Amino acid sequence: MAKVLMKGNEAIGAAAIKAGCKYFFGYPITPQSELPEYMSRELPKVGGIFLQAESEVAAINMVYGAAGAGERVMTSSSSPGISLKQEGITYIAGAELPCLIVNIMRGGPGLGSIQPSQTDYFQATRGGGNGDYRLVVLAPADVQELVDLIIEGFDIADQYRNPVMILGDGMIGQMMEPVEFTTPKQRELSEKDWATVGTGGKRNPNIINSLYIDPESLEKHNIKLQEKYKIIKENEVKVESYNIEDADVVIAAYGTTARIAKTAISKLEKEGYKVGLIRPISLWPYPYDEFNKISDRCKGILTVEMNSGQMVDDVKIAVDGRFPVSFYGRTGGMVPTPDAIIERVKEIYGGEK
Amino acid sequence: MTVVFQKTKGLTDNPTHYCPGCTHGIIHRLVGEVLEELGVLDNAIGVAPVGCSVFAYNYFNCDMQQAAHGRAPAVATGIKRVRPDNFVFTYQGDGDLASIGTAEIVHAAHRGEKISTVFVNNAIYGMTGGQMAPTTLIGQKATTAPYGRDEAHSGRPIRISEMLSTIHGAKFVERVAVNTPANIRKAKKAIKECFQIQLEGKGFGIVEVLSTCPTNWGLTPEEAMKWLEDNMIPYYPLGNFRRPEEVE
Repeated sequence: MAKVLMKGNEAIGAAAIKAGCKYFFGYPITPQSELPEYMSRELPKVGGIFLQAESEVAAINMVYGAAGAGERVMTSSSSPGISLKQEGITYIAGAELPCLIVNIMRGGPGLGSIQPSQTDYFQATRGGGNGDYRLVVLAPADVQELVDLIIEGFDIADQYRNPVMILGDGMIGQMMEPVEFTTPKQRELSEKDWATVGTGGKRNPNIINSLYIDPESLEKHNIKLQEKYKIIKENEVKVESYNIEDADVVIAAYGTTARIAKTAISKLEKEGYKVGLIRPISLWPYPYDEFNKISDRCKGILTVEMNSGQMVDDVKIAVDGRFPVSFYGRTGGMVPTPDAIIERVKEIYGGEK
Repeated sequence: MTVVFQKTKGLTDNPTHYCPGCTHGIIHRLVGEVLEELGVLDNAIGVAPVGCSVFAYNYFNCDMQQAAHGRAPAVATGIKRVRPDNFVFTYQGDGDLASIGTAEIVHAAHRGEKISTVFVNNAIYGMTGGQMAPTTLIGQKATTAPYGRDEAHSGRPIRISEMLSTIHGAKFVERVAVNTPANIRKAKKAIKECFQIQLEGKGFGIVEVLSTCPTNWGLTPEEAMKWLEDNMIPYYPLGNFRRPEEVE
């Protein structure tokens, strides 16, 4: 199939429809509104339904209902709206329902700004809502990867009966790039025999629920969830690495920031510096093991983020004291420049080479 | 021997957790009977709230989803939009529907969602231990209104049926009570008519059922029935507020 030029937010919608998602419940918020707009235009053409809810809270609960009724369903929002969705997200995780949630992050805290940021890393990877649960969190760095992860994200959600979050920033949502719609590797997806579709008089009622009032049964439920998360950790880590076996400095960055880091790395290489990159694509499960491949000669890890330092905690867990870990970030919708990254790398080298 | 009465197939055999004298049991039975009589039990998907009736998913003999506090109409919207051929209903109390869930119920009604809601109003938060609800009457004592509800402090109790009856998409709105056999019969009739509105694809329907909470009211079941009649019905008048022919 030929490549088409698409804006990130619209490409999400097109990819979701390709993945067989016919239902979208959302609420407008900048910088992701092109996505609900696209869905409101395109879903009726494929026999699907776009519904603008009265709030993000309602939208995520509509997703709960639709997912519980066995359909592929999604919602999207941006940071403050994702905060509102946390209640529904923890219920969805607790009731083990598959769905796709897109967060096109903007600056915070509070109303923050409408410019790109990566300030919801903690919220996305640590829970956000109440209880011990995990989302599969996927962070694309370009529009093609965004499309690929959306399509695969629905399969991952169905396979594990778990919500999947696509964590992009405002830049990815707004940029236009050529994309191609691919088919992901085939997964074995079982029938949704747990869904509420009416008993048809043929079976006992199905119940979608996250309440386990008896402590023993709630603990059992939690153990079952943790066992599932363990399997996800074994199977679903995604990471891109560059030159980490031979690097003096390794940059850790994801999403848009990783692209900026790549520009910095190629400039540094021309000056004779050996700089590697670890770009986590799955933020949960996190590619901790990838950091074990870094050579002992490495002088330090530089984590670059569009926030005040969030993923850097995972980098520290991953290197476990093997290397010094430093951080460079911009916040509030400001974007790190390649030159600023280059300067930080040279500092780790101990000045100009 | 002829069977003259038996338990409805609309309810499971699970024993309920409700307090002695609580009228949830009566209302559950009415809903179960209506589901059975309309022949929609095999096709129904119910949504349970948070509150005393949180375990409704164990009692209604059909597919069920349990929703976050107040969000049942949003969950039901999600279900109905992807399964338009299923019968979808919510069962919610007054803390759930009239307080934390006002946005969801108002907008579900406003969109004319083809869902049905059974709204059980007992003027108090039961499950959490008798706190004041938006529906608690003036002067009525609650654990968070120990001196009685004061209008200057908390406003007047919210009348949900009256409010929803101003919304075009709400095609059926009726308030009933379950304090006497005659009222129980009227309640069942209203629930049936409300559910039929959905089956005919006409839009949103709600039945508000005035109910008792002997435990948190501090009354015997019998006294509670009398209290409902003397105090609730004067403020929450019974009757139909909207049905389709009045809507058009």
